[in-house]
Amino acid sequence: MGWFSRFINSSIGKKFFMGLTGVLLMLFLIMHLIGNLTLFIGEKAFTNYAGTLETLRPIVRVIEVILASIFIIHIYSGIRLWWENKKANPKQYAVNAKSKESSIFSRTTVFTGSIVFIFLVVHLQTFWYPNNFEETGKSLYQIVTGSFANPVYSLFYVLAMILLGFHLNHGFQSAFQTFGWNHKKYFPFIQKVGTIYAILMAAGFASLPIYFLISRGGM
Amino acid sequence: MSGTNLNLKLKVWRQASPKSVGAFVDYQVSVSPDSSFLEMLDEINNNLEKNNQDPIVFESDCREGICGTCGLVINGQPHGPIPRIATCQLHMRNFKDGETIYVEPFRATAFPVIKDLAVDRSAFDKIIQAGGYISVNTGGVPDANEIPISKEIAAEAFDSAACIGCGACVAACKNSSAMLFVGAKVSQFALLPQGQPEREKRVEAMIAKMDELGFGACSNTYACEAECPKGISVKNIARLNREFVKAKLKSQNVEA
Repeated sequence: MGWFSRFINSSIGKKFFMGLTGVLLMLFLIMHLIGNLTLFIGEKAFTNYAGTLETLRPIVRVIEVILASIFIIHIYSGIRLWWENKKANPKQYAVNAKSKESSIFSRTTVFTGSIVFIFLVVHLQTFWYPNNFEETGKSLYQIVTGSFANPVYSLFYVLAMILLGFHLNHGFQSAFQTFGWNHKKYFPFIQKVGTIYAILMAAGFASLPIYFLISRGGM
Repeated sequence: MSGTNLNLKLKVWRQASPKSVGAFVDYQVSVSPDSSFLEMLDEINNNLEKNNQDPIVFESDCREGICGTCGLVINGQPHGPIPRIATCQLHMRNFKDGETIYVEPFRATAFPVIKDLAVDRSAFDKIIQAGGYISVNTGGVPDANEIPISKEIAAEAFDSAACIGCGACVAACKNSSAMLFVGAKVSQFALLPQGQPEREKRVEAMIAKMDELGFGACSNTYACEAECPKGISVKNIARLNREFVKAKLKSQNVEA
């Protein structure tokens, strides 16, 4: 085993790749949200945006493969760390005092991550797959707004986004700590930026189903 | 300032041997609010011995919060509910009359229970043996303050060196990670000139040993910092991460 594989299989190495892939996914979320917000401008703006991606299809395909790899590394590292950490600490204390010691965001990343993963599968199946591989006869705008008019789907979407916010609130500052960037001067600021980022992402993504549910669902 | 005695119900973890199955045993006690937690256990043990019963095994030494020998999980919190003290510094006045108190050993795969409340923390010694030292030349005693070190760096290194190696960080961590301990030990040397010769080798060896002994990885929940009797900062974990990644990238050792 060389030094590199020893590094990536060490406790800190696994955390490092968890953080690195997390940061890349956070950057992707910003791009994704900016694109989605064209829905607010109207059908034309959204169709133009989707059309631009369509013309760049070969590049988009490459990016999708890279993105999928990042997701897989993030999820694989997460499951592996969760399993190994479980083995390191198999017994719980009789009294649960965890809330006095740490934040709920930091303790629930496995749970929130799992829900976000389930959301991702549903999300790809409802939007990405039909848009790319099915002859639905509908535009992406019709598919999206049609789904958002369904209260069950929209509720699930909003809940998943709130939990995504929980996940990001921990993940943002956690990545800096894992990279070793915890400095007296900057870390309190980083923690605040992380919380603002998490709220913006959760609210930004969740605003779309809420908007279309109210405007289209006749509520 | 002695008040009236407190009547408490203790639920103490009793386990005969490392392999046997443990369970909570109830003890009804009447104790002075001025008594320390360990003095209360001493009293219970005196009574148990009087009745020819097996006393509760727990560890303690200096009983003034500097040796790191004592360590109980009291109501789910290592070293009890008061921050920045060791178990020996916890007094019964912090509990309410009629309260039920759960007393458990530190729980971690790497800290197996020896008996009752005593756990085997020799895993920490093994991590120190792997790299928590500096090499010095033999010969005449060097002059004091021969190597210039700024006040700020000296203070920062001292903050890390304040770790007493009690293991509360491992006990508090949901992953039983030893990174606060290892972070403090790596930091105290990495910050000072004396620690430079082994700087890269040290962090690589200590992390390898830590992983080998079955401690978990850090999830950045910071429960360790909240429970540390010496208030060791999680900045030490950040420094540990930094030192480790730097060593992996820079060191000449391809085999480590």
